[in-house]
Amino acid sequence: MFEGYSWAELGSIFAMQGFAGLSLFSVLVLMALGLAIIFGQMGVINMAHGEFMILGAYVTYLCSNFFAENLPALFSGYFLIAMLLAFLASASLGALVEWGLIRHLYKRPLDTLLATWGLSLILQQVYRSVFGAREVGVTLPDWLMGSFAVTDMIEIPINGVFVMFLTLGITAGVWLWNFRSSWGTQMRAVVQNRVMAGAVGIDTERIDRLTFAIGCGIAGIAGSAFTMIGSTGPTSGQLYIVDTFLVVVFGGAQSLLGTIFSAFAISQSQSTMEFFLSGSMAKVLTLLTVVTILMIRPQGLMSLRVRA
Amino acid sequence: MSSPTSRAFATRGEILAFATLAVLLLAVLPASMEIFRLNLFGKYLTYAFVAIGLVLCWGYGGILSLGQGVFFGLGGYCLAMFLKLEASDPEATKIQSTPGIPDFMDWNQLTELPWFWVPFESLGFALVAVVLVPTLFAGLIAFAMFKRRVGGVYFAIITQSIAAILTILIIGQQGLTGGVNGITDLRTLKGWDIRTDEAKLVLYYVNAFLLLGALVFCHWVLGTKFGRILVAMRTREDRVRFSGYDVASFKIFVFCLAAALSAIGGAMFTLQVGFMSPSFVGIVPSIEMVIFAAVGGRLSLLGAVYGTLLVNWAKTTFSETMPELWLLAMGGLFIAVVLFFPNGLAGLWQSFRQPLMHAIRRHAPAGSVVADAAPEGGTR
Repeated sequence: MFEGYSWAELGSIFAMQGFAGLSLFSVLVLMALGLAIIFGQMGVINMAHGEFMILGAYVTYLCSNFFAENLPALFSGYFLIAMLLAFLASASLGALVEWGLIRHLYKRPLDTLLATWGLSLILQQVYRSVFGAREVGVTLPDWLMGSFAVTDMIEIPINGVFVMFLTLGITAGVWLWNFRSSWGTQMRAVVQNRVMAGAVGIDTERIDRLTFAIGCGIAGIAGSAFTMIGSTGPTSGQLYIVDTFLVVVFGGAQSLLGTIFSAFAISQSQSTMEFFLSGSMAKVLTLLTVVTILMIRPQGLMSLRVRA
Repeated sequence: MSSPTSRAFATRGEILAFATLAVLLLAVLPASMEIFRLNLFGKYLTYAFVAIGLVLCWGYGGILSLGQGVFFGLGGYCLAMFLKLEASDPEATKIQSTPGIPDFMDWNQLTELPWFWVPFESLGFALVAVVLVPTLFAGLIAFAMFKRRVGGVYFAIITQSIAAILTILIIGQQGLTGGVNGITDLRTLKGWDIRTDEAKLVLYYVNAFLLLGALVFCHWVLGTKFGRILVAMRTREDRVRFSGYDVASFKIFVFCLAAALSAIGGAMFTLQVGFMSPSFVGIVPSIEMVIFAAVGGRLSLLGAVYGTLLVNWAKTTFSETMPELWLLAMGGLFIAVVLFFPNGLAGLWQSFRQPLMHAIRRHAPAGSVVADAAPEGGTR
C-alpha cells in the first residue's frame, strides 16, 4: 500500500495523519478513562457510556448556541465553560443512575451490561425527542480554528493540539485522584474488598456513587471534545462504545498508563491506515489486530495483577 | 432439573409444557393468522434458535456472548449466497455487463465470481457450510479464549468486538458481500419459488419442526452428565477443574453448539424473509438476542421461545403504532427484567404455578395426588 510514495512524502503523511488522529486519540482516552474507572475498577459494564458522552456533546452544543446568541463577546471562551457544564451534567446523571440502577447490581456484573444497554436505548430516545433526529454541529471559536503550518506538507490542527493537552491534564488529574488522594485510596479499597472496606469505616455506598459519577463526568468532557471531530446525533455514542471497551481491555483493565498507550495505538493506526485504505478497512484491520493481540495476551498491554 | 433420583428423560410437567408449545406453533398460530403474519412469526422463531443457544451457553454455562448475531448472520449468508447464485443465472442477468454473477457484483465492477463464492453453487456445500462455517469460527474464538482461561466480561467484550468487525467488513466490502443492503432478491431454491404464500407456509412448518427438534435435543443435552458439569462450572469453575475435568473443552463445545443453533436460525431466516443483511449481524441485534433469552428466562429453553415471540411481537406492534415509544419500552423492559425478574417469564410462571398446583392438589381426591412433586422444580 506504500507504492508510489517517496520516503519524504511517507514521513509527511504519517506526521499529518498522526496529528489528525490526535482528536480521535483524545476522545478515546477520555471515554476510556471514564470507563477504566467504571469498568476496570468498579467492574460495572456500562454500555450507556457512549450516551453519557453524547450528553456532554449536547451540553456543549447548547452552550455554543447560548453564547452565540446572548453573550457573543465571551464566545471565544465558551468552550471551557461548556466542558465544565458537560462534566457536571454527565456526572449528575451518573450519580442518579448509580442510585437507581447500578447499586442493585454490583454482585451481578453481566447483568449491569443488560440494564445499562436498556438505559442507553432510553437515553437515545430521549435525545431524539429533545434535540431531534438530525445531527447537530458546534461552531468553534476562532482561536481553535485553523492550523500551524510546520513545513510545506505538514499542518497541525490547533483544536487537536488543544484537546490533547487538555486530555493529558485530565489524565494527570485522574491519576492523582486515583493514587494520591484519600478518596482514590478508599475507592480502590472498596473495589478490592467491599465488606472489609465497610468494616474499617469507609462509606462504601457514597464512594461507589461518587466514583461512578466521576467516570460518567469524564465521559461528558469526552463529549465536549467529540464535538470537534464529528457532529452529534442521538446514536453517535453507540459507535464509540466498542472502541472504548477495546481500549480499556487492550490497555489492561487496571492500568491508566496502559489505557493511554492503547488509545494512542488504536487511534494512530486507524488514522494512518485511513490515508492508504478506505475508512472501514482501516477500522477492521485495527480492531482485528487488537482482538488478535487480546486473544494471545488476554491481560492486555499492561497488567498490574496477572489474575484478578 | 429433575431430581437426582428420577433419571427419566422428562417429567410429566415438562412434556406437558413442550406439548403446549408444539400445539401453539403447529396449530394455533397457523390457524389464527393470515400468511403475512405467520411469516412474521416464522421470522421471530428463527431468533428463538439463537435464544435457546444462549440458554445453553449463558444460562447454564455462564458464558455471555454478545456476538451471536455473527453466527446467525454467517449461517444466513451461507444460504443466501447459494440462493443468490441460483437467482443470477446468465439468463436472468443478461442485461449486466458480466452476466451470471450477482447483480451487486456487477454494479461494483467485478467481472468474475470471487473464489469463495464458487463452492456455493452447490446446495450440498451451502447446507454443510451453513452449520460448519459458524461452528468452526465459534470454535476458533472459543479455543483461543477458553484455553487461556479468559471468560466472563472479557469474553462478552471480545465477542461484541467481533460482531462489530464483521459488520464493518461486510458493509465495507460491497462488491463481495452486497454491502449494507445485504444479499437481496432471492427467488428460488432448486427451482422452487420461495416467495409464494404456499412456500412460506411450508417454510414456516419446516422452521417450527426444526425448532421443536432443537428444543428436544437441547433438553437431552442438559439432562446428560454434560449438562450437570455445565452447571457445576458456572457455579464453581475451579472446583470442576480440580476434579479433573477439562473445563475449556466443555466451554468450547457449548459455545459451538450455541453457534450452530444460531446458524440454523440464520439460514431459516434467509429462506423465510428472502434476504440477509449486515443489520442482523452487528452489536445491536446480538444484544437484542440476549434480551430475548433474558426475558424468557435464561434457565428455560421453552421460556426463551416465548420470550423471543413476546419481545418481537411487542416490537412489531409498538413500531407500527408508536415508533417513538418503542425504544423507551424496550429499554424499560431490559431494566425491569434485570432488576425485578432475573429469571424472566419462566421465573414468573414458576412462582405463579407453584401456589396454583398446591390449590389444585388440595381440592383433588386424596388418591390422585401425583408423586411428581420435584420440589426444587427448576424449569427447562
